[in-house]
Amino acid sequence: MIHPLQTLRQKPWLSQTSETMAFIPEVNSVAAARIALRFILAIIGVLFFLFVITYLARSQYPDFQPLAGAPWQPFSDTSRLWLNTSVLALASLAMQAGIWSTRKEQQNRTAIFISVAVFFTLLFLLAQLQLWQQLSQLGFYVNSNPANSYFYLLTAVHGLHLVGGLIVLGYLVMKTWQQNSVAVIGEPLRLCAIYWHFLLCVWLVLFALLASSPATINALAAMCGF
Amino acid sequence: MQHTAIADQSATLHDPDSFITKYVWSQDHKVIAIQYGLTAIFVGLVALVLSGLMRLQLGFPDSFDFIDPSSYLQFVTMHGMIMVIYLLTALLLGGFGNYLIPLMIGARDMVFPYLNMLSYWTYLLSVIVLLASFFVPGGPTGAGWTLYPPQAILQGTPGYDWGIILMLASLAIFIVAFTMGGLNYVTTVLQARTHGMTLMRMPLTVWGIFTATVLGLLAFPALLVSAIMMMMDKVIGTSFFMPALVSLGESLDYSGGSPVLFQHLFWFFGHPEVYIVALPAFGMVSDVLATHARKNIFGYRMMVWAIVAIGGMSFVVWAHHMYVSGMHPAFGFFFATTTLIIAIPTAIKVYNWVLTLWRGNIHFTVPMLFAIGFIFTFTHGGLTGLFLGNVTIDLPLSDTYFVVAHFHMVMGVSPIMVLFAAIYHWYPLITGRMFNVNLGKVHFWFTFLGTYAIYLPMHYLGFLGVPRRYFAMGTTDFIPESAQSLNASITISAIIVGLSQLIFLFNIFWSLRYGEKAGHNPWGATSLEWQTKEVPPHHGNWGDSLPQVYRWAYDFSVPGAKEDFIPQNHPVGPEEQTAGGET
Repeated sequence: MIHPLQTLRQKPWLSQTSETMAFIPEVNSVAAARIALRFILAIIGVLFFLFVITYLARSQYPDFQPLAGAPWQPFSDTSRLWLNTSVLALASLAMQAGIWSTRKEQQNRTAIFISVAVFFTLLFLLAQLQLWQQLSQLGFYVNSNPANSYFYLLTAVHGLHLVGGLIVLGYLVMKTWQQNSVAVIGEPLRLCAIYWHFLLCVWLVLFALLASSPATINALAAMCGF
Repeated sequence: MQHTAIADQSATLHDPDSFITKYVWSQDHKVIAIQYGLTAIFVGLVALVLSGLMRLQLGFPDSFDFIDPSSYLQFVTMHGMIMVIYLLTALLLGGFGNYLIPLMIGARDMVFPYLNMLSYWTYLLSVIVLLASFFVPGGPTGAGWTLYPPQAILQGTPGYDWGIILMLASLAIFIVAFTMGGLNYVTTVLQARTHGMTLMRMPLTVWGIFTATVLGLLAFPALLVSAIMMMMDKVIGTSFFMPALVSLGESLDYSGGSPVLFQHLFWFFGHPEVYIVALPAFGMVSDVLATHARKNIFGYRMMVWAIVAIGGMSFVVWAHHMYVSGMHPAFGFFFATTTLIIAIPTAIKVYNWVLTLWRGNIHFTVPMLFAIGFIFTFTHGGLTGLFLGNVTIDLPLSDTYFVVAHFHMVMGVSPIMVLFAAIYHWYPLITGRMFNVNLGKVHFWFTFLGTYAIYLPMHYLGFLGVPRRYFAMGTTDFIPESAQSLNASITISAIIVGLSQLIFLFNIFWSLRYGEKAGHNPWGATSLEWQTKEVPPHHGNWGDSLPQVYRWAYDFSVPGAKEDFIPQNHPVGPEEQTAGGET
């Protein structure tokens, strides 16, 4: 395996026959999906990074009232957010357990763990929807304060990414079912699990941001130069 | 499981079995490229007509009843957005990226053909949504292509209701389409190169498209974020960007949002977008110049590094578009410095193009004329960019015709010169026919001289202080009456240039049927796309087995070689091994 920097130092105008020029492509179809997943994660990372940056910038305007920090604010008590987080963490864990089962070629166990992952993911989405409803009933409407707007926006975008993941996972399960072989699903499932773990991490960042007190948000904004 | 895009057997490669799967729901990268290309050219022609209407008003004010201030602003906005996003980005990456990447790296297709097909149809949907805004109440948005809030969504701006909503929706759909296509391009380049095709043996076209795609994948999210947030401001009444304000005597419900935040997001996308358009053009023009000068590209490795460096730096220059926005003045110093630094790799590229021509066996073919024309227009546009990159010079010139002339030279005319070079260069491969050379030359001279007749005087008007985006100048003390004569001459030139594009359209359609058969590799090119068995390449590109690559793409006029070019898939002879060796 040649290091990319070594590749970029090559002098292609010289008629070389050495090993560095005898490039052999990796023809495994999963390798392409692996590369694509890296880019997908980078894109999603940039997307949420930009949302977070705008959140911090917008937080420095006087009308911004964070959802935590005062007793009457909904996220001063984070127990509900922790509950939702644990549901998503269980989904992530089930995905991981599914991978371990594929390694042992345990088809039934794999199917069970994937089903559990799907169940917990759907449960998380429902729990988030219920959280929306709860905030709305308390009078924290989407347009009544920019912090509220960010809460609805960020959770919606995060949820949509999970829905996208579920669609891909559904396709994968269908393919495994058709071919009746757990070997087919091994590597793709691993990629799905990485996606799930990544979205769990994104959610943890969003959780931390949404549940931060004004002092923490101000400190973060100051660090970013706002 | 072996991937079909790089498998030696092509039997399993989504073989089309009906007209629909071959030409409509096609997964073949070449068909998708042509679909992208034709759609982009169509929508580009719409934008060209809009610019003509705009120029008619500026050149001959009060002469055309159907152009009022609102429609003028709508023409300006739609012209800009269509040209930048829906023509240039789509044609360079969706069109040429799709056609050339698999062929140039020796693959049978993109690695995700189905996603590739979805990418085109999603792009088409974005175009339809955009064009639909011409037919909704209030018409398309007239907010200017930068869509700055708060005015973009406030009463008083044309298309403030449905127009802006459709524009934002269309942009979001376009970004989805681009992401699907972009994932394909980068993955294909990294994963599906054929045997022997190392990264440093790739033609610069592939390097340009690859780097631009990475930029696009990382920059378009900023536009998506701003589009989503502005859509929420408009539809739901949030206040991300909308400050507390009074509009038409009425206090609105918005509170304390930041319009400058939108500008930062927009230009965090907007400046890389310049390079998303420029880098593929840089790559393609390099290949056209080398092929038609029968000389290897000067400083290949530095050209690659320059592309990568420009790509990286394009993310840290965005606020030079915002010197007059009211941002912190210290930012100006930082962004002026980075702007001057990014000029270094860009200048390296210009020097290397000129040095490629130096003592080359230059063939003044039509693609070569356009490529040389590009060196002129890009140098002019780049130099005025150095002016505007400096805060103190930018302040008086901001929002004048000078800015309009600058960005049209650097990212309007220049990429379009390369697009014409590329279309003429690869036309024989795509269609199997040669175009009419005389018509091509007439098209070049009208376009090249015509654009100078348009934009040189425009710089001067900018120095006079003529402001951009004004429907009519009215009476001012500092603008002499003669400025109007110059504006009229610009309009006449613009109309001539616009009409001369009909020569191009006639040529490409006429030659499809009546052009001479191009035969195999008519330009004597070295890169792989010209080495297919059939011209145009058939489905699967390479027949039963993939090509093996033995050399870089620039072995032109090699001493001792039988011909003045050696294709990339030509094995290295024993005499070459001893002559070159490894150092």
